[in-house]
This record gives sequence, structure tokens and C-alpha cells, in this order.
Amino acid sequence: MRKLAHYFIPYLLPLVLLLGLVYGQTWTTLALPNYMATIIDNGVVARSTRVIYHTGLLMILVALLGGVFMVCVSYVATRIATSYTKRIREAVFTKVERFSLVEFNSFSSASLITRSTNDVQQIQQVLVMLLRLAFLGPFMAVGAIIKAYHLAPSMTWIMAVAIASLLLVVISLFTIVLPRFQKVQKLVDRLNLVTREFLTGIRVIRAFDRQKLEEDKFNDVNKDLRTINTFVNRLLAAMQPSMMLIMNGVSVLIVWVGAHEVSSGRLQIGGMLAFVQYAAYGIMAFLLISIIFVFAPRAMVSAERIGKVLDTKPAVADPLVSNKSITSERGIVSFKDVTFTYAGADRPVLEHVTFQALPGETTAFVGSTGSGKSTLINLIPRFYDVSEGQVLIDGVDVRDMTQADLHRKIGYVPQKAVLFSGTIGSNITYGAPNATPFELEHSASVAQATEFINLLDSKMESPISQGGINISGGQKQRLSIARALAYKPEIYIFDDSFSALDFATDAKLRKALEKETVDKTVLIVAQRISTIMHADNTIVIDNGRIVGQGRHDELLKTCKIYQEIAHSQLSEKELDASVGTFETQGSGAAI
Amino acid sequence: MSDERPPTPRPVNLGMGRGPGSGRGGIAFGTERAKNFKGTMKLLFKYLRPYWARLAIVFVFAIISTSFMIAGPKLLGDMTNDVVDGYVAQRTSAQVFSKLPLGTKLPANITGEQLLTRLPTNELQKIPAAEKSAISQVNFNNGHARFNFHSISDLAILLVIIYLVSAGFSYAQSWLMTDMVQQLTYRLRHDIAHKIDHLPLKYFDSLPYGEILSRVTNDVDTVGQNLNQSLTQIITSVVMIIGVIGMMFTISWKLALVALTMIPISLGLSTLIIKRSQGYFMGQQDSLGELNGHVEEMFSGHVVMRAFNGEERSIGIFRELNEKLYGNAFRSQFLSGLLMPITQFVGNLGFVGVAVGGGWLAVQGSVSIGGIQAFLLYINLLNQPITQAANVANVLQLAAAAAERVFDFLGEEEESPDPAKAKIIDGVKGIVDFDHVKFGYLADKTIINDFTAKIKPGQRVAIVGPTGAGKTTMVNLLMRFYDVDDGSIKIDGIDTRDMKRAEVRKIFGMVLQDTWLFNGSVKDNIAYGKDNATMEEIVAAAKAAHADGFIRALPGSYEMVLDEEAGNLAQGEKQLITIARAMLADPPMLILDEATSSVDTRTEVLIQSAMERLMKGRTSFVIAHRLSTIRNADLILVMRDGNIVEHGTHNKLLKENGFYASLYNSQFTEAIDYMQGA
Repeated sequence: MRKLAHYFIPYLLPLVLLLGLVYGQTWTTLALPNYMATIIDNGVVARSTRVIYHTGLLMILVALLGGVFMVCVSYVATRIATSYTKRIREAVFTKVERFSLVEFNSFSSASLITRSTNDVQQIQQVLVMLLRLAFLGPFMAVGAIIKAYHLAPSMTWIMAVAIASLLLVVISLFTIVLPRFQKVQKLVDRLNLVTREFLTGIRVIRAFDRQKLEEDKFNDVNKDLRTINTFVNRLLAAMQPSMMLIMNGVSVLIVWVGAHEVSSGRLQIGGMLAFVQYAAYGIMAFLLISIIFVFAPRAMVSAERIGKVLDTKPAVADPLVSNKSITSERGIVSFKDVTFTYAGADRPVLEHVTFQALPGETTAFVGSTGSGKSTLINLIPRFYDVSEGQVLIDGVDVRDMTQADLHRKIGYVPQKAVLFSGTIGSNITYGAPNATPFELEHSASVAQATEFINLLDSKMESPISQGGINISGGQKQRLSIARALAYKPEIYIFDDSFSALDFATDAKLRKALEKETVDKTVLIVAQRISTIMHADNTIVIDNGRIVGQGRHDELLKTCKIYQEIAHSQLSEKELDASVGTFETQGSGAAI
Repeated sequence: MSDERPPTPRPVNLGMGRGPGSGRGGIAFGTERAKNFKGTMKLLFKYLRPYWARLAIVFVFAIISTSFMIAGPKLLGDMTNDVVDGYVAQRTSAQVFSKLPLGTKLPANITGEQLLTRLPTNELQKIPAAEKSAISQVNFNNGHARFNFHSISDLAILLVIIYLVSAGFSYAQSWLMTDMVQQLTYRLRHDIAHKIDHLPLKYFDSLPYGEILSRVTNDVDTVGQNLNQSLTQIITSVVMIIGVIGMMFTISWKLALVALTMIPISLGLSTLIIKRSQGYFMGQQDSLGELNGHVEEMFSGHVVMRAFNGEERSIGIFRELNEKLYGNAFRSQFLSGLLMPITQFVGNLGFVGVAVGGGWLAVQGSVSIGGIQAFLLYINLLNQPITQAANVANVLQLAAAAAERVFDFLGEEEESPDPAKAKIIDGVKGIVDFDHVKFGYLADKTIINDFTAKIKPGQRVAIVGPTGAGKTTMVNLLMRFYDVDDGSIKIDGIDTRDMKRAEVRKIFGMVLQDTWLFNGSVKDNIAYGKDNATMEEIVAAAKAAHADGFIRALPGSYEMVLDEEAGNLAQGEKQLITIARAMLADPPMLILDEATSSVDTRTEVLIQSAMERLMKGRTSFVIAHRLSTIRNADLILVMRDGNIVEHGTHNKLLKENGFYASLYNSQFTEAIDYMQGA
């Protein structure tokens, strides 16, 4: 929240200007009834057309000036609100772009999206409204009361009555209605939930012939919603009539009391009419003020949510002095006694993990879901930082490098292929914008993407829509692999990234990859034993610990967990055969 | 992910809507237009038909309330005139007395007229004509002229009554309207839910469910809100404008002409602003959409963006989009924000015009001071309906666009009704006949061509093929989620199309990978498939499905309420619960999906054992992922690109040396695992 206020500092001067303009607007608006009083008392009653013309001219000038003020107020208020929102929007986005997965996990990416879009937009809307109306309210209220007092001090109590009855209506309505608004919101959420279940479960519901039940469930919520909405809206419907009643009642009261004042010589006719206008302005002003209390809380919620993002310090930061490797080797990944605990968890996901992955070798990680293998992989590009121990690349702790330098070394292929809107070509060269057309074609061909790309109308220039929804999962994965290849990294990380490929493509792809990565370090995570049977080194992880390390045939003999996993996936015969195949194939480093 | 996805920008009601302070009238800035405005309105009025009497009352009440409201200022003007008369009389009599010799007593009940006739002619000539007429109107009752407080008080009481009546009718009208709109939205939602029940699955498979969801909530709300606003506004605005103009002319046609010049100015400016800002508003929505798209894309692909050092580029793009949004947002907000100041400004000009023109006319004697005051109040009353009139078309368009989407949905073609004389199978044996089945999702693209097979009771059918090969097509046809185009599927010799859909579905138990559990207790979720299941039966089913163990470890055990999307259970646990559900329903035949992705090895073993137990003695269709299941199946259906390319037993298919053989021979399970992958 303090950060949000901080971003407002450049707008303090415009804000002062705005206050001045609002003052001007108030002054011109409130001046008019006084002039009118002059016209009536000194013009009409005294029968002086000269006074009427003279005052009329002044009135027109004041009204025009008022118009100018109003437009200026609107201009400055909108400028401040939209420009401030622009700043906030950029601040939030830039901040989030530097977040690590720690922050993404604690906020969730969906929530971060909402915060930097909807919440910021909400602030803009409320800010525009508040800047335009909020200041006007208090200025107008004070001004109207002062003017009324000057006209007839003895009648100022009518202003008090007017404002008090207004506040009474507004406050009593709000105290009844506001808590029920939350209930309405809850029911709307519930309606959404029930409908979503209805739609996502449509097959199961029909399978069990439960449509009637679901319809009833829906209608129960629907009825509740109708009941509470009817109640709330009936109350709110009282708002406008009672406002009008107060306004009009006060006018009558003023003329009635005013008659006595005029008769006793304390008030003039024109003054009485002006008083009616001031009372109306006073009531309006308090209405404006009460609006602040409706809208401000909405913005406050959004502001708090944004403030939380801005106040978060990324868990992963660049070092002050970056360190470059001194060895000539390129791509040695080593874990030294690494322990990692997720923020807020009481148990570490990884404990005392030590291993080394060398260039020219394929290192595989296997283990059941939740064993920690994906987490382990994520420590290399510093999506998380270790809790204890060290991750080293070519002898340098990854925390001693800048993230840009570190990421330059790593070609990362995620589990879920992510593509960005643009073209096929722009996606492949995402990491290497300066890649030559030859490099682009080559990467695509290694990733077995050429064939399907050539079938598309615009080949490499074919558009990819947001999220890549216009191409299939397998095609996405191939492009995601091509992207890593075009990047020409020292280290490849494949996080279970062949799952959507069909067999033939997969075989071809892995053969081509083998040549491409011959002197690179390849790390590969897999669910299935068959995927990693031919790795040079397989690391078996269970409950965050390394429980076995070696080749497929060695592990089958030595590692109990590996055996368990293997047996749950392959039959005896296949296992025997796999060892046989492996032996006959020799040390072919297939992925 | 989809839960918190920011909704696509929809037209925003920038006014205060139904909220407090709606006196100014919300201004709706919409970018949507109904494709068929007239037709949609017709349908909407059809929905309103049951309420025609109530609607008529609403209109009558609105007219009464507005008429009383209009009567107010004129009467208040009369009241002011009484004050003015009193004031003038008081002043005149004071002047008269000041000119009369001290101690002069006037005769009782003498009028000004009579007084003037009694004055000597030379005195009379000294008095200016204006004063003479003033004196002639004064009533000197027993001395000094006084205020007629009786008349003033009577008028005050009358006014209070009039305003009370007006407020009363106004409230009654809003109340009725609100109730009606709530009932309308209720009925629309009710009909939508009913419609969901009767639409073919084809419809749901072709449309993201978020779309239907937004019709249930957003669109129905939009219809209700805008209808509430526009219907009453139309009637009150029209009555108000006509009534006020009429009153103005009865007071002074000259002043009326002065005051009414503000109407075209105000109307013109409002329309201009609303029109122009529509365009800017669209611009704002567009650039907001672009920017949100970029944010969404970058945040959901955050890891990849970071891994390939894309931060600077991403921020660069963002800055550009943000700058564009800023420009559009400023223009649209500034322009739409001008509406209020402009109407107020024109109102002020009207105020000045009436004050000056009225003053001048009052000096001429053709308008009274009370008349001026009435005019000032009438100008205030006119301000709001004029803005509303400029806006009402917009509000109606918004309502129509939303209503059109709702009606489009309600008008979708429904499933063919169940046959009138539906056949029922007693004691299902479990024979399934595929008799020359032809089927395609699209009319011109047949994917199952003349498939014939006979499955005997208790046999096991394995459905095999790569991801996206259309394995769920078999589920769709067996369960009659879709109907075959040609040929037939028979159960125990009866064509499933001759049975009620519900009866067909009851025959099958279905356990799919995409588990569906609802927001309710574990117990209720298991009991979903069987009416009045006892607790013993539920526990027995859970035990058979190996689910009892973990359920008892849950907080609240069987009573634990599952979160939305059952987020508080692991995927494997969810699968076990769906197995228990099928177990309890005890169907004669089964449709299973073996896939157990994102399940750890130990739970996987449990799931397999539970499925094995479930299949025992039942004709089963298995979307198979395990080799043992495939090898032991009585019939294997091999699917590729939606087609059943081969079918037969394992040995037969291997001998044929076709697609299946190549699948099987390629590196053991790997191939199949890959192709069926998660």
C-alpha cells in the first residue's frame, strides 16, 4: 500500500491544481443563486431593468467560467487517474516479470493476471470517479452551508434537518443492504459453481440419469438468489423517491419558514429563493460524499491486492557482482548436498542431493509423482533457489551468476509446451532472435516439425494464436523443442517433454536429437521407465532423496524402488527383454 | 487456472446503475449491438407477457408519480407568490401609513381600491401609476396589511401531501418493477438450466463451457438491469418532458421559450458525447484486451519467458501496449466524464436564462416571482430525463445484445425426444451388437464406417489407439451421448434408440479419467448413482474400491465436503471415489478408462485392482493403457484418427501385422505409452 502511495507523488502538484479547479467550479456554481437573488430583490421588486441586465451579464460570465472549470476538472482528474494507473500497471507488470516460481506459486499465475489487469482497471475507474466527484462533495457542502448561513442565519437549521434526514436514509439503507450485497455475491458464486458442475459433469450426470437432481440444485440457488435480490432491490428502490421527497420537502419548509422571515423583515424574497437552491446543493453534496463510501472500499480491496504484489521481494535475485566460470569445460552441472524446502512447508522436498551431469551424457531422473524430480530440475535455471547446499555450473554457484547469463546456458523444454502468439518462426527463434534462416530450418527439422510446418499455408510465417490453441499438443511440443535447439545452449533440460508425440515421430526425433546433443549435457525427467531406459546415468528419486544411480540394468539389480516402478510398468518378459535389448545395443546413448 | 481467469471485457455500466445516487441516471457505454434487435425485443416481450397487468400498473403509477412531481413547482411558485404578495402589501401599507398624518385610523375592512377613491384628487395625482395599482391590491384589514399565512400554510400542507403521494407511487412503481425483473431473471435462468438438460452433447462439445456460464450469470443480469432501467425511464422521461413543458407554457409561454432552448442544446451535446465516446470506449476495450492478452500470455508462460531471457522484450511490448491503452483510456474517460459537467453547464445556462428573462418579464408584469421559481425547479426536473432520453437507446441495445445471446441459447435444437413406446430390458445379459455402425461428428466426415462386432456377456473389449484417435467416440455411442448415423447398436438384441436414453445409460457404469465430483460430501458423491443408498452400502462400495482407507483418514471422513473441483483430494483418490460410485450403482456393463496419469505408482496399483474387481463378470469396454489388459481382451478395437482401423483378438491382430502389430512391436510398452501418453 505504501508503494502505491509512493507512485502518486508525481501527481501531487496536479492534485493541488485539481483542488484549485474544483474550488473554482464550486465557487461559480454557488455564485449563481446569489445573483438571482439580486435580480429578484433589486431588479424585479425594485423594478429596475438596469440591475437585471447588469446582473444577468455577470451571471452569464460566471456560468461560462463555471463551464470552463468543469471541463478543466474533468480533464485534470482524468489525466491524473489514467496516467497514475498506467504507472501502476507498468510497475506491477515489470515486478511480476522478475518474479521467480516462489512468488508465482504463492500468488498463482491466475491471481497475478487478475491483479495486473482487473484490479488495476478497477482502481482507474474508481479513481476517475473519486477525483471528479469526491472533492466536489466536501467543497460544495461547506460552500452551500456558508452561503445559506450568510443569507439567513436563522434558517440554517433547515440545512441541518435536510442533511440529517438524508444521512439517516442513506445510512439506514446501507446498513441493511451492504451486508446483504455480500450474500448476493456469495449466491452468484454458488450459482456459477453449480452451473459449472452441471456443464463439466454433463456426461456423468446423464450417465447416472441425474439431470432432474442437478436442475433442482440449480433452481434452489436460483430461488435463493431471487429472494435476496428482490429484498435488496426493493430497499434500494426506496432511495430515489426518498431523496426526492427530502429535496422537495425541504423546499416547502424553506418557503414556509421563509414567509415568516420575510414578513418580519429578516429575509428578502430573492434570498429565500436562493436559499432553496443552496439547500438543494447541500443535499447533492452529501450524496456525492456518500458515494465515496460506496466506491472507495472496492478500490481499497484492489489496491491492497496490487500493493501485495509490489511489496513482494523476489526470492531469487541477481548477485551484485557476477562471477564467470574459469574452467574450460562447458556444461557440467553439479549438485552438492542440495536440500530444498518450499516456502511454508514443514518438510523438505529434496534432501542432501548430490550428483554430477557431464557434457556428452544423458542424465535421467525417475520417480513417482511428488518425488521431487521436477523440483530438482527447476533448481538449475534458478526458478527456485536451494535452501541448503549448492547448484554449480562449470564450478560456479548459479547464485553467483546473473540470471540472464545463467539462462543463456540452458535450453529448457517444459512439461507443458508453451507457445506465444506470433508466428511459428518467431516462436522457434524466441530465445535467439538473430538466428539465421538456416538455423531456423535446421532446428525445426531436428525437432521433426518441418513436415507439418510445410503443410501450413504460410510455412514458418503461419500465425500462432495466443496459447497456441490452433495447433495440436504434439506439434506444440515439437516447436517447444525446436525453440530450445535454436537457442544453442550448453545444457538441455527436458521435463517430460515427449508425452504428446506419437511413436514414429518420437523415434525419429530422438535419433536426430542424439546427433545434435552429442557434446551437450542432457537432463531428462520422465514418468515412465521405458523413456529413460537408455540413459547414461539414471537417478532414482524417492521422497526427495536419491535412492539409486546408474544404468537401467544396474538399477534393476540394485535399486528396490526402481524395481518397483519397473515392475508396475513392464511385465517380466518385457523386463528381461529390455535388459537384453540394452546389452545388445551396447552403450548407444538414446534418450 | 480457469477459475480466476479475468473475464473478457464486457460493456461496463459506468453509471451508478441501481446503486445509490442513481438520480443522475447511469450512462451505459456499450459496444455491443444485437444482430436482430426487433426479433429479440419481440421474444423479450413474450417473456414479459405474463406480467402485462403488472406492467400496466407500473406505467400508470409512473405516470401518477411523475404528474404529482410536476404539479409541485407550480404550487410552490404559488406559495412564493403569496409570500411576495404579503411582502408587497406589507411594504405598500407601510408607505401609505408613512404618508398619512400620524394617528390616522383607517375604517375597518377597507380595501386599497376604496382607499384610493377616498383620497383627494391632488394627492392622488402625486402617486405614480405603479404604486397606485399596488395600493389598489392591498387589503387593509384593521390597519396594516399582513401576510396571508393561512393560504401559505394550506399550500404547504397540500404540497407535502402531493410530494408524499408522488414518492409513494414512485416507490410502489419501483417495487413492482424490481419484483418483475427478478422474476424474469429467475425464469430466464430456470429455462437455461432446463435447456442444458435437453441439449445434445454435441452442443457442449463444440462450445467452451465458460460461454454458457456467462449467459447464465452476466447476460441474464445485464438483461434484468438494463430492462429495469430502460422501461421505467422511457415512461417517466416522456411524461416528465411533456408535463414540464406543458406547465411551463401555462405559466408563461415567453419564458417557456427561453427555458426550452436548453433542451436541443442539452440533447444535442449529450447525444454527440455519447456517440463519440462509444467509439473511444471501443478503442479502450480493444487496447485493454490486447494488453490483458499479453499479460495473460506472459504470466502463464512465465517460466519459458524467463528461461529464454525474454523479460526485456516482454516489458518493451507491454510498455507499447500500455501507452496505447493510456491514450485510449484517457480519451474515453475524459469524453464520457464530460457528460455530467456539460448537462450541468447547460442547466446553469438555463438557470441564467430563466433568472434574467424571468426578471425582465416580471418587471413587465407578465410573470410572477413564484413563476420564476417554478421555472427554476422545472429546469432541474428536465435535466435528468433529457440525458436519459439521449441514453435510452443505448441501454436498450445493451439489454437486447445480452438477451439475444440468451435467446439464441434457448433456441438451440434439442435432442430428439425419447420414443413414446420405449422398450425396457429386464435383467440385462450384456450382449452388445454393433450392426454396420456408421458415425461421424460432422455430417460430411464419417469416421466409423460400417463397423460390425458382437460382444458376448462378460467379455472384455479393449479400445486402443494414440491420443486423439477418438477413443471417447465409443463411449459417446454406447451411452447414446451421440446417435449413430446408420446401422445400430443393440443391447440384448434391442436397438438402443428404441429405449429411453436414461435406460440405456443405467445399463452402463462409467469410470472416466476425467473424474467428475461435485461440491458435496464424499458420501453423497459415492451415492450419486443410486437412490436412497444406505450408509452400509456406501461403505461397502468404498471398501471394494480401496477407497475406504483414505476416506477414513480424511478430516470428517465420509462427511468431508469436497471443494470446488475437488481440489482437496489427490487425482488418484478422486479416481477411487468414482470407482466406488460405479461399484455402488452396480451396473450390468462397464465403460472404463484405464489412464492413470498424475497418479503415483502405489495408488495406481490400488486403482487397477479396484477396476479389476469392478469388471468381474460384467461386459466391459476399456480404454486400455496396460498391455496385460490389451492382451487379455476378448476384442481389441484399434483406433486411429477417429476410425476403427482394426479389430480382433491380440493374436489375430499380431498375425495381420498391421497398425496394431507395429504399435505392439515397437519397443514394448513404450510405443503405446507414448501414443496414449498422459
